[in-house]
Amino acid sequence: MLGPLRHEKRLWRPEPSFRLLSKLWQINWLYVLLICALAGVGYLALYSAGGGSSKPFAAPQATRFGFGLVLMIGTALLSPRLLMRLSGPIYIVAMALLVLVLRMGHVGKGAERWINLAGLQFQPSEFAKIALVLLLASWFSRLGHRRMGNPLWLIPAAVAVLLPVGLVLKEPNLGTASIIGVIGAILFFAAGMRWWQIVILVAPVPFLGKFVYAHLHDYQKARIDTFLHPDHDPLGAGYNIIQSKIALGSGGMWGEGYLHGTQGQLNFLPEKQTDFIFTMIGEEWGYVGAISVIGLLGLLVLGGMLIALRSRNQFGRLLGLGIAMDFFLYCAVNLSMVMGAIPVGGVPLPLISYGGSAMLTMMFGFGLLLSAYVHRNERLGPHDQPTVE
Amino acid sequence: MKFRKRQIGRLMPKRDQSNPVRGVFSRRALIVLGGQAAVLGVLGRRLYDLQVTNGAHLSQLAERNRTSKRLLAPARGIVVDRFGTQLASNKVSWRALLMPEETTDIVGTIARFSEIVALDDRDHARIERDLKHVHKYVPVTLKDFLSWDDMARIELNAPGLPGVLIDVGSSRQYPSGPLTAHVVGYVAPANEHDVAADPTMALPGMRVGRAGLEQTQDTVLRGTPGSVEMEVNARGRVMGELDRVEGQQGAQVALTLDVGLQQMVRDRIGDQFASAVVMDCRNGEVLAMVSTPSFNPALFDSGVSRGQWAQWASDPETPLIDKTVAGLYPPGSTFKPAVALAALKAGSVSPTERFHCPGYYDMGGVRFHCWSRWGHGNIDMHDAIKLSCDVYFYQLARATGMDPIKAMGNDFGLGSKLGIELPHIRTGVIPTPDWRRAHGFHWNGGDTVNSGIGQGFVQVTPMELATYVSRIASGRMIQPHLVRKTNGQADPLGALDAAAALDIPTGHLDVVRQGMFAVVNASDGTAPKAKLDLPGVQMAGKTGSAQVRRVSRAVREGGHFKSADLPWEDRPHALFICFAPFDAPRYAVAVVIEHGNAGADAAAPLARDIMTDTLMRDPVNHIHPPGERVAENDLGEF
Repeated sequence: MLGPLRHEKRLWRPEPSFRLLSKLWQINWLYVLLICALAGVGYLALYSAGGGSSKPFAAPQATRFGFGLVLMIGTALLSPRLLMRLSGPIYIVAMALLVLVLRMGHVGKGAERWINLAGLQFQPSEFAKIALVLLLASWFSRLGHRRMGNPLWLIPAAVAVLLPVGLVLKEPNLGTASIIGVIGAILFFAAGMRWWQIVILVAPVPFLGKFVYAHLHDYQKARIDTFLHPDHDPLGAGYNIIQSKIALGSGGMWGEGYLHGTQGQLNFLPEKQTDFIFTMIGEEWGYVGAISVIGLLGLLVLGGMLIALRSRNQFGRLLGLGIAMDFFLYCAVNLSMVMGAIPVGGVPLPLISYGGSAMLTMMFGFGLLLSAYVHRNERLGPHDQPTVE
Repeated sequence: MKFRKRQIGRLMPKRDQSNPVRGVFSRRALIVLGGQAAVLGVLGRRLYDLQVTNGAHLSQLAERNRTSKRLLAPARGIVVDRFGTQLASNKVSWRALLMPEETTDIVGTIARFSEIVALDDRDHARIERDLKHVHKYVPVTLKDFLSWDDMARIELNAPGLPGVLIDVGSSRQYPSGPLTAHVVGYVAPANEHDVAADPTMALPGMRVGRAGLEQTQDTVLRGTPGSVEMEVNARGRVMGELDRVEGQQGAQVALTLDVGLQQMVRDRIGDQFASAVVMDCRNGEVLAMVSTPSFNPALFDSGVSRGQWAQWASDPETPLIDKTVAGLYPPGSTFKPAVALAALKAGSVSPTERFHCPGYYDMGGVRFHCWSRWGHGNIDMHDAIKLSCDVYFYQLARATGMDPIKAMGNDFGLGSKLGIELPHIRTGVIPTPDWRRAHGFHWNGGDTVNSGIGQGFVQVTPMELATYVSRIASGRMIQPHLVRKTNGQADPLGALDAAAALDIPTGHLDVVRQGMFAVVNASDGTAPKAKLDLPGVQMAGKTGSAQVRRVSRAVREGGHFKSADLPWEDRPHALFICFAPFDAPRYAVAVVIEHGNAGADAAAPLARDIMTDTLMRDPVNHIHPPGERVAENDLGEF
């Protein structure tokens, strides 16, 4: 639909200010609309979590979303060349922050996850994920198909994945560490890793699992145990899961009505404004409302994947896939968690849960995704040969 | 159509040998997309199971989650006297609570609070204990029974006291205080036994009657608890009310007592250790019953301190014991009318039969003295009562035997359990040979002689004496009682002609009544001091001086014996029973002054004064307190 402009671009380079405007025009506004819709759902849910009031959750979150929107649009305009050049430094900064959080982080709920950046609470592991996606996208896009077959070229990338995984595990934050690991693995897979390499890597996983379980913290083991038998300890560690299920169940097909969910409004739901906000949505809006929200989340994932597929450069493809995967994993882990399908871990529902750090990093990620869309036709390296149409 | 083809073409480029990267990516990205779709599908399916398939079961659990039913303590019933004056009422009381979850610095808050309202060591220990044991959302009582000033100070300093709140409760109040403490009794918080018997007693604010009418009328006064169904959150904090069933306040209990008369009697007794009962001798309504010394019942509601309790318990004058129903005294000569009636009924003597009194009576080598050293000569029953001749009654008792005397005494309420609505009452004793043997002792003839004048093993309570004299006066089985109305419903005992007639010929009663009339009104009676100073109203009575210590023969024959010279605790008790007006008996009075020496000198004037007050006030014929009416209409003197 924007075909003619593409050809003109090569012939005519507009003034920088005009170029910026044309880039703005290139942004996939439909996708931005979807993001805004999800944030709207988040606003309504937080309004209800605040007991029918924009304070204390909904209003600050809306402000943050406003900032996030600006950040996203700004990021979308960044050229991929610049992003590729910056991916290394960004990654180094992210790792430095992870080390810093281990040194002097604020302990929240048994883990050092937060650091204070000029008065702003900030969770470096969120940022590390984005940095890793940038770095891997940049690295793999330069390798080309032939070098992907050589394990030697993959080793630096593997180190780049394992470093943040190890640091986040040390916090300790098993949930985020696994998400980082999975994102890394998916990028390896999508970048064209050979099947035989995959088999060699995946085969020892069961043994590794045993080893990891033996080295888990007690609270992590407890989570796995309560997940398996939540009824053993209904008021202790299993409380969250049971209350969450009760609230979902009381929603039924059509829900108890907006602002009328008894379990959420009466504080039976733990962390109803953060990790368990989906439960409240389920209670008040019923299955119909909840599945619609899942559908909206699914649309955002699908949109991200389509953007990745449409890019004509490997960097944009991998970047888009990485961000879409990040968003998907957030959603999937959070939803599984509140439905009692996997052990509980501090993973919020993106753009809906209350929290600034996750919101801003997610918006930065969407900015990168949109940047991949805006610059989908650019040729960045020798391997990005234009497809003949 | 062309447009769509192009779109698909972009997504799925043809396999391009020169650019395999994109092809691989596209294929694998689609695999990933498929995986994502599958995961979301599974989650949606699971959500359906949770919300729709199991929804009904889970929403039941949700309902149980959010409601909490609590009981509401009912207000305790009010106790009033016969004119509606409150004797036990409920007062709104305030207490300061601390919500631990609402303050970040519990220790600091308590420290600041104690600067405003003094907390003693006991308070601190209790608060510390409560804080350790209760959940963070359960309030802890900082201080009970706050004064108005304390409240004002707390409210003023509220910003500095986060988590401190004022709670309204109710405390039991006894406006007449020590004056009616024995009758009304007191309440205390429920103990484990009460809670085991009735779980609703565990409600904060519930009190259990521990003495007096508060105890015997406890179930009536208690009321029915209400309930409130509340919506609570996960922390147990109340978010709103769903349903409320108001409790029923306990019944109002109106007593037969006239607190105005009670005060008059109390004033008459002064600082003697005595007990006095004023009864309506037509229906047994107790108009006044005073036992001195008394105690302050209000102290029980807030908890009696250990020191106070020890003081009360060790006091030789037993302020906690109601002597009118739990004090056992030898009736002394007041017992003689009962012996006379027993003898008449048994037929062992006729009223006109005379016995000789030389001043002593010898039996089995033991000499029993008359109170008059010179004797009374040949006297009949009327004179024997008038003069209270001991020797006459020694012989009467011997001629009659203990069993008829006991039966007659019991008929008059002496030594028989009274139905009066008070706990902790004791029952007197009229001894018989069988009773004595049952206790493992031999009965001597001398015991019968002693019992004939109300000494020896004979013991009665002042309430029994009042019942006794009421029955003599009315000739009916008068039942003493204290409850006049419950919630406006009159007690059947209060009806004037309800009591059955005694199984005694009127002639026998008249002999005794005339004798008692002479005691007071004859110039040579034993209690001329008891003559009423009211025109046209006469009183009949009987004195009694009950020895508490055996007087040895040496002392008695030394001729210098005077009981007034004895140490106080060895002096005889002084007793007097009476009824008036003589021709139409309405009021009966029984007075016992501990170690008051002679009944005629100490008890009789007191009884006369009490009877005078009672007749002047005439409480049974009024609807409103007599004092008020007089004041309003200015009727002048009676």
